[in-house]
Amino acid sequence: MAGTAVQRRLTWTVATVTSDVRETPSVRTLQLGVPGWTGHRAGQHLDIRLTAEDGYSAERSYSIATAADESVAITVERLDDGEVSPYLTDDLRVGEQLEVRGPIGGYFVWEKADGGPVLLVAGGSGVVPLRAILRERARTGSDAPVRLLYSARSLPDVIYRAELDGYAGLDGVEVSYALTRHRPPGWTGYARRVDAALLAEVAWPASENPLAFVCGPNSFVELAAQGLVGLGYPPGRVKTERFGGT
Amino acid sequence: MSPVYSRFRHRREVPSDKADRLPPGQYLAAGFPVLSAGPTPRTPLSQWTFSIEQGGKTLKSWSWDEIQALPAETVTKDIHCVTRWSKFDTEWRGVSIDTLLGAVEYDAEYAMGFSDGGYTTNLPIEDLTDGKAWLAYSYDGEPLDPEHGGPARLLVPHLYFWKSAKWVRGLRLMDTDEPGFWETYGYHMYGDPWLEQRYSGD
Repeated sequence: MAGTAVQRRLTWTVATVTSDVRETPSVRTLQLGVPGWTGHRAGQHLDIRLTAEDGYSAERSYSIATAADESVAITVERLDDGEVSPYLTDDLRVGEQLEVRGPIGGYFVWEKADGGPVLLVAGGSGVVPLRAILRERARTGSDAPVRLLYSARSLPDVIYRAELDGYAGLDGVEVSYALTRHRPPGWTGYARRVDAALLAEVAWPASENPLAFVCGPNSFVELAAQGLVGLGYPPGRVKTERFGGT
Repeated sequence: MSPVYSRFRHRREVPSDKADRLPPGQYLAAGFPVLSAGPTPRTPLSQWTFSIEQGGKTLKSWSWDEIQALPAETVTKDIHCVTRWSKFDTEWRGVSIDTLLGAVEYDAEYAMGFSDGGYTTNLPIEDLTDGKAWLAYSYDGEPLDPEHGGPARLLVPHLYFWKSAKWVRGLRLMDTDEPGFWETYGYHMYGDPWLEQRYSGD
């Protein structure tokens, strides 16, 4: 696969927003109709381009939120100082158009043949490509054991909660939430940040040769990836995707 | 024709005296974002070396102290990441790649930078020479932070920043061009930000 993943030219295509889901007050999923989309793999991303009336345009990359044979969707979190995200979370309407090109990337990708056990570690909206991986597992009928550890500020900030709780009922999938700021009364899940100690409780033992995917803000990813290496995960088995600065 | 999004407004204005320094499709970043495909490697300086290799042979290898003893330059450069952030006037200190390649006899057109953690990236040698590239070990007057590629990274500021390999441990000289890590996954073989060479075929 490597070397042949994306050697064709990636052209811009006009896509239409076909439906949307308000995931949380600041997060929205946009389902996109992309004519001629050649398919993607779980974990890949795409570029979107918005063009203003005076010709000015802005491009950004977003993880694809869906499995390989599903139509394209992105899940976007509003960054208050962002140039593009507020338009996607709060302004763009169903039926309107934007430009898309992709899929892009091929390292932060899981396919059935990769097997398991799989550890997914999400910080905030870093859950988006990991949800694509969970969907890919379900779509392909994979029996790879998967654990998702998802850090969010509070339960209402958890993206895809109903869907993730549904996976947690399936054979071979375990979902743990770590709520860092607010917990509902009677909360029995984790109530602290993801660090080496929490990973030691939740992560597959390194002896089972797990494959880890870690996605979130840089400081979160840095701590989690380092924690996994500390637990004996070979660095090459810890794939990371980061956003934001230090 | 791109569809016009009539309600879309500019949010990030670049000062007019700096606008010509921003390549197409880029925006000015406030901080210094971090992007890497795996955990941050941490090699003790006592075990660190920088090597120039060709045809499976090591032509020359420097220890950390030997690199520190070489003539260093402080340079101020604009940097441009393929994920679209740019940062102006970043200050680095390190050894010119001219100095390192000048210490060996070689016959090659391309080089593969290789790093702790297995990262690689390919570059034409003419883009590494004539004062265009450095082995940088200091940023903004401080030792280079591991998250930003310390103890030392390549600095090739005229190309997209994935070419400035973090945690670099050497250059493998090659007669022909070969794709490195991101290039294998569809990123551009050369990566000129002024030509927006982000992906293969751009």
